[in-house]
Amino acid sequence: MEIPYTVAARPDTGLNNVKLGIWLFLASEVMLFGGLFSTYVILRIGGVDWPLGAEYLNIPIGAFNTAVLIGSSVTMVMCFASLKLGDFAKYRMYMGATILLALTFLAVKGFEYYEKVSHDHLPSHSTFLAIYWTMTALHGLHIVGGVIVNGYFWGPGSRMWHVKREMFENRVEAAGLYWHFVDLVWIFLFPVLYLL
Amino acid sequence: MENVTTAEHVAHAEHAHDEHELSFLRAYVFSVDHKVIGIQYAITAMLFLLFGFSLMMLMRWQLAYPGAPIPIIGNFLGQANAPGGIMLPEFYNQLGAMHGTIMVFMGVVPLAVGGFGNYVLPLQIGAPDMAFPRLNMASYWAFFGGGVVMFASFFVPGGAANSGWTSYAPLSIIALEGQTWWLIGMIFLITSSLLGSINFIVTALQLRAPGLSFMRLPFFVWAQLVTAFLLLLAFPPLEAAGVLQLMDRVADTSFFMPSGLVTTEGPLEISGGGNPLLWQHLFWFLAHPEVYVLILPAMGIVAEILANNTRKPLWGYRVLVASVIFLGFMSFIVWAHHMFLTGMGTAMSAFFQTTTMIISVPSVVILSAFFITLYGGSIRYNVPMLFALAFLPMFGIGGLTGLPLGLSAPDIHLHDTYYVIGHFHYVVAPGTIFALFAGLYYWYPKATGRVMNETLGKIHFWGSFIAINCVFAPMFITGLVGVNRRLYDGGMQYAHAQEVMEWNAFMSYGAWALGLFQIFFIVNFFWSIRNGKKVGDNPWGATTIEWQAPSPPPHGNFTTPPEAHRGPYEYSVPGASNDFSMQGQATGAEPEPAKV
Amino acid sequence: MSGSAEETKKHVDIYMKVAGALAVLTVLTVLASYLDVAVPLAIIIAVIIATAKGSLVVSYFMHLVDERSRTLIFTLALTVVFWIVLMLVPFLTISDTYGVHKPLPNADAAHAEDEAH
Repeated sequence: MEIPYTVAARPDTGLNNVKLGIWLFLASEVMLFGGLFSTYVILRIGGVDWPLGAEYLNIPIGAFNTAVLIGSSVTMVMCFASLKLGDFAKYRMYMGATILLALTFLAVKGFEYYEKVSHDHLPSHSTFLAIYWTMTALHGLHIVGGVIVNGYFWGPGSRMWHVKREMFENRVEAAGLYWHFVDLVWIFLFPVLYLL
Repeated sequence: MENVTTAEHVAHAEHAHDEHELSFLRAYVFSVDHKVIGIQYAITAMLFLLFGFSLMMLMRWQLAYPGAPIPIIGNFLGQANAPGGIMLPEFYNQLGAMHGTIMVFMGVVPLAVGGFGNYVLPLQIGAPDMAFPRLNMASYWAFFGGGVVMFASFFVPGGAANSGWTSYAPLSIIALEGQTWWLIGMIFLITSSLLGSINFIVTALQLRAPGLSFMRLPFFVWAQLVTAFLLLLAFPPLEAAGVLQLMDRVADTSFFMPSGLVTTEGPLEISGGGNPLLWQHLFWFLAHPEVYVLILPAMGIVAEILANNTRKPLWGYRVLVASVIFLGFMSFIVWAHHMFLTGMGTAMSAFFQTTTMIISVPSVVILSAFFITLYGGSIRYNVPMLFALAFLPMFGIGGLTGLPLGLSAPDIHLHDTYYVIGHFHYVVAPGTIFALFAGLYYWYPKATGRVMNETLGKIHFWGSFIAINCVFAPMFITGLVGVNRRLYDGGMQYAHAQEVMEWNAFMSYGAWALGLFQIFFIVNFFWSIRNGKKVGDNPWGATTIEWQAPSPPPHGNFTTPPEAHRGPYEYSVPGASNDFSMQGQATGAEPEPAKV
Repeated sequence: MSGSAEETKKHVDIYMKVAGALAVLTVLTVLASYLDVAVPLAIIIAVIIATAKGSLVVSYFMHLVDERSRTLIFTLALTVVFWIVLMLVPFLTISDTYGVHKPLPNADAAHAEDEAH
């Protein structure tokens, strides 16, 4: 017996295993970041004074990174569309662009971290910086994970396209869902940490 | 399987398995078969249960004879822990914290969810394996890694974590290095549970055999499904909290550290501004659903065994399913009843008291349905049934003694006393663990093709049943007198508690006797693998789909793809030729006679 | 997300529009932060814009507008409910102090230390 519904959707749930699995994973991620946002609110309400993000952080750099990440989300969704249109070359191009944008994000983030360290703005400096470092670092780790997965589907994993096309589409869709979620987290992190 | 390198071959792996002989490592160590992983989980978890229980037996010596050197074993505990065989308070605290952690996160949950869930759930729904076999393997190895880290933490300077299994801040943050290991271990264990829960939900929703609609699922599957949702949604906030506590300890942040904190070594060098209550909220946001993670699979196991051995349908199947879903849902909004003493105000207390009282309703419904199932049945008193029957009153005592704790006024007196220990141990030890024993005896023939020895099983049951009550019943007495649960001397320092101190030694005798009676189980378990009585595929005359598979099931589980034709508990159907109608038997077809 | 090439091309059009909207909203959120308004109002504005952006991503990039699976929608709704419960945690910890002027016990710790010197 083979494991059913690895590719095709099960009629009564309307999902294949991969799609349900990735959404459940994202549900747990929602709760993970929910816990951190909750912490942010509690610390901010309870804090005797709370700095404006701009006192420590550079808004233009943050805005630039937001644009980069949203751009990578757009290229990611174009990957999936290209696969649907059967254009493998375009898929490779868009996936490559997604990875490059993600690396750009990480490079900029690394530069920001370097600035913080050189000004001695470490997590132990204040509760604001503590939550800033924790949340952005955890988000950064998610980006690294996404780059690895996307890199696999850009390189060695993409051979599957020629063997099992539908399964590969499903996987890219799942990788895309994860990537959009990472983008979504940043959409909330940016105003919360930089602007308020 | 050796030449499978890319993921697309997972589906084909089934064939590969049939065609190639697997290497020993692939077949028994890094296996992706849900049955092997289930057994790995079960055995690892049972070893941890034994280890956690041993820690408690050491603590019981200290409580029975405070300050007396521990005979024989005391010499092996090391000078740092027990100089001259006399246990140090710091070591006692380590044992307490690690007993709780090991029993909950490395013993009961991995056995109930990882072990039984992995082994039984796919078989019961007629699936060839879990939905994501390699994720399943990753889940086991993350659990194993977490276990190794936790175990290793006993050997770091200052020993293992000693701030209680709840690791309340700020105590845990100024604690020694063992706490950091605890946090890292917890992050491994949480990751394992998350991977497992995703797998369980996808498996239960997607891989059901044709005809197996939701209302035909065995109750065990429902219990595991709800449990998986609890793990999926309640564990991540604790993971977040664990990361924050790790930051507090490693990067000197102050998430849980208020300003102006002073220890015996003077004011702490921290930025301050944190909130210690935040840890408690995030911790109990997980840990209250966790209580239901402990109990729901046990209820599922008991339901299967009760129906099977009363030879009657489970009473009120639909109500049971509704109750278990409601229970799972409510378990997310009762957590602050662990925190009445934090001074959170009357409005909040009133809210959480109300939800706590509401959540007792579905628990009572489930227990009542189980009792009514017994009514009028011709009950077979085999070993699994004895354990399942014992679960009912034991869980009843545990649940009912919880009511005063859920109300904030009596909780002020009872909080953190032995009464609490008695309460939740009645739920988990003679409750859940007895149900798990019942499950082990019940599904053992499915995994090995042989039954465990009845006589040894009955000695194990009666001995454990009496001994375990001797351990936990007196705790209600000492608790009501007001003895705090964390005292190194068991309450000897309390003038008003002197007359209940004699119970301490009594409870310790109970605990050691309980330990002795487990030897019967251990011997039985290993002896029966080779020497147990050989039985057929369906020794108990059960109805659910797993008994249709060969014992032990081959890779891929079923020789012919199963199909469900009826509900899960069609026992003693009037007019049927057998007193059980199997789910997979087509209507009208003559059921196969039980191969006993 | 099944369907023909036609449909996919239509989707691509939508993706481009969504991308444009996200860019506009990003600019807007940065500009709004320079407005001279009280902090609570600034938080409300920023959260509204972020929610709008998030909804666009979830609805179109993650295809939830086209999702017809009740299983999935139920699961996500459940997650949202518990997420809301989780976000209530901060308000539970401070519910006692609403309307009561109760400075933190250690709020003037630094000050007290100075006096001690």
